[in-house]
Amino acid sequence: MQGSTVPSETSEVLIDGAMPAEAIAHEHEAHPDLRVWGLLTFLASESLMFGGFFATYLLLRGAAAQWPPEGTEVELLLPTINTVILVSSSFVIHLGDTAVKKNDVKGLRLWYIVTAVMGIVFLAGQVYEYATLGYGLKSNIFANCFYLMTGFHGLHVFIGVCLILGVLWRSRRSGHYSSSHHTGVEMAEIYWHFVDIIWIVLFTLLYILTRF
Amino acid sequence: MTTNAPTGAIAPNVEQPAPGAPNNWRRFFSFSTDHKVIGIQYIVTAFLFFLIGGLFAMIMRGELITPDADLVDRTVYNALFTMHGTVMLFMWTFPVLNGLANYLVPLMIGARDMAFPRLNAIAFWMVPVFGIILMSSFLVPGGPAQAGWWSYPPVSLQNPGGNLVNGQFLWLVAVALSGVSSIMGAVNIVTTIIKMRAPGMGFFRMPAFVWTVLSAQMIQLFGLPALTAGAVMLLFDLTTGTSFFDPIKGGSPVLYQHFFWFYSHPAVYVIILPVFGIFSEVFPVYARKPLFGYKVVAVSSLIITGLSAIVWVHHMFASGTPGWMRMLFMFSTMLISVPTGIKVFAWVATVWGGKLRLTTPMLFALGGLVMFVFSGITGIMLAAVPFDIHVNNTYFVVGHFHYVIYGATVMGVYAAIYHWFPKMTGRMYYEGLGKLHFALTFIGANLNFFPMHPLGLQGMPRRVASYDPEFAFWNVIASLGGFLLGMSTLPFILNMVSSWVQGKPAPDNPWRAIGLEWLVSSPPPTENFEELPNVIAEPYGYGKDEPLVSNASAMIGTELAPTPSP
Repeated sequence: MQGSTVPSETSEVLIDGAMPAEAIAHEHEAHPDLRVWGLLTFLASESLMFGGFFATYLLLRGAAAQWPPEGTEVELLLPTINTVILVSSSFVIHLGDTAVKKNDVKGLRLWYIVTAVMGIVFLAGQVYEYATLGYGLKSNIFANCFYLMTGFHGLHVFIGVCLILGVLWRSRRSGHYSSSHHTGVEMAEIYWHFVDIIWIVLFTLLYILTRF
Repeated sequence: MTTNAPTGAIAPNVEQPAPGAPNNWRRFFSFSTDHKVIGIQYIVTAFLFFLIGGLFAMIMRGELITPDADLVDRTVYNALFTMHGTVMLFMWTFPVLNGLANYLVPLMIGARDMAFPRLNAIAFWMVPVFGIILMSSFLVPGGPAQAGWWSYPPVSLQNPGGNLVNGQFLWLVAVALSGVSSIMGAVNIVTTIIKMRAPGMGFFRMPAFVWTVLSAQMIQLFGLPALTAGAVMLLFDLTTGTSFFDPIKGGSPVLYQHFFWFYSHPAVYVIILPVFGIFSEVFPVYARKPLFGYKVVAVSSLIITGLSAIVWVHHMFASGTPGWMRMLFMFSTMLISVPTGIKVFAWVATVWGGKLRLTTPMLFALGGLVMFVFSGITGIMLAAVPFDIHVNNTYFVVGHFHYVIYGATVMGVYAAIYHWFPKMTGRMYYEGLGKLHFALTFIGANLNFFPMHPLGLQGMPRRVASYDPEFAFWNVIASLGGFLLGMSTLPFILNMVSSWVQGKPAPDNPWRAIGLEWLVSSPPPTENFEELPNVIAEPYGYGKDEPLVSNASAMIGTELAPTPSP
């Protein structure tokens, strides 16, 4: 993505590489900041990759005699707690976005720290679940799907946490984010909502549907 | 490009002899974020891979010139056809068309650059990286992947050497990286076209090429994730021992085929749609007539995008597909010939009665159109389930798609390279060499690929290193055609290199073409436009005598001598 270190008004792209036409470049209007557009386009595409895994899961489930097979039942308590944590974190992160729109960078930092902690707790819960389930990736076809889907989602949660930490790192410098300049904040939030929505579908497929 | 010449910055000349200026060759080896540099980087890199893939093909044709497997080992032959297909699709056609889109789209829509210039550069630099990863599979024990470019399990899951890093592993990594690069490109191009059009450049004022690129890149966005998902699962099966595609443990090999073709059929439209765009740009210029039915041609690109998502099972008629599904996909596949046919009729109507100038780009476009129509006819034949099952896995299929990908796509790409060569380099190419190149390519392609049709009808299977002597006649002709095709690249390379170095300087608009890219200098200055163009007319205003933009002189800078707009 385009560097969010650079204020959008003086897009780095125009200055980048010290073009000979620098003098001309400064007269040109700023390069438009379309990062949010780019992210949304990317996430629309990325959601279809999860769609592919979901389709695989449903097709293999439809072809199986017993789903999940004997001995690979899923836990429900811990994942439900995890779900509550992840879904509520989407509301928490929005508080941070609301804060920065009011020029309240302290509020932004507070709510983004809380979100990051909730994300890390979710990941820790996931790791704990893996360790206690009693079956691994290769146990059977259900386990294949289970670990692939949750693992791939976990990777996205991890990236989301990294994005939030990146926003926090940059927010140390006063004036980096303000009510008029917070695209990076917004992008981290959009990505986090995406991770959350995917989890809701995943939770329904992997945990709730296996109970019926 | 870190050094800056302050004197160059002061001079308002667009062709500064400073580093980073349009005529400085060093920038092509730098991490430039200029869409025009990246476009040319894509085209040249892809062409090098085209030569490598062509070399593989010529070794195969050398093997097939005699019925016996006597030139290379059978496993080497398997590796050659696998690498030929992979290189030609992922390292030649996609990157070269991305290069053309990169170069032309911002100029055509009146933007200074792409929406995300640095992402653009990263997407390009991944091409040599995954290219080298794929080529390095020649060095690992067991050699490159041998399962064909589609890598169906269970063939692709065989790993007799037991090495973790084997040819198939590297193939999957390279294809996955290619997918990442293509998604970056698609996000960039789609955002650019939707959000960065110049004032007055409404959707129905965009040249047809931009429409086709938009349609093609939308396919990348919805299709590539499916291929990536399939590739990830295949990689897990290959390396960790999961069983997504292993029927004994409850998996399904047919599932992989669905994933593969859900992307790789639409990928054909990713390839052919920009070529349709090239045809739509080239014919009006050299026939001096507006593109016939411009709006319908533009919209039919999007219709093709939509339909392309619901035809993939026609690659799997012989994969135990239930009857109702075969019927459904036969119907949807035949349906796609409607928007495609609309375009063909539009091009014929554009050329019809025009004042034709048979320059090299026009010859390539006409030759490409003829070969595309032929491949379209065999395509309809293959869409019919009974016929498809008869010729399934024979050379008929190989002949069909080589007419699409060589006959239409490569010819279209050549047309584009010649047509925009003066704009990209500021030099004219040599017309004589260009026409020689066209003659060799057209004759070579038909000699090479036509014999595959009778061979397929006679029942010769594809992907074999030896065959029954009764097939020898057509195979010898095809091999001669293949060698001729190999030779055909020589006048092209000679022409491109010598013209770029010492060709006649090109004027801004050598073809008297209408379009924003022809209003700026050749090559265009950094950032393309001094002032963003204000578009006031539809494209292809041939014979209408109306200006395309209201600010032609301001657009190219006041210091420059204004060139009369066409």
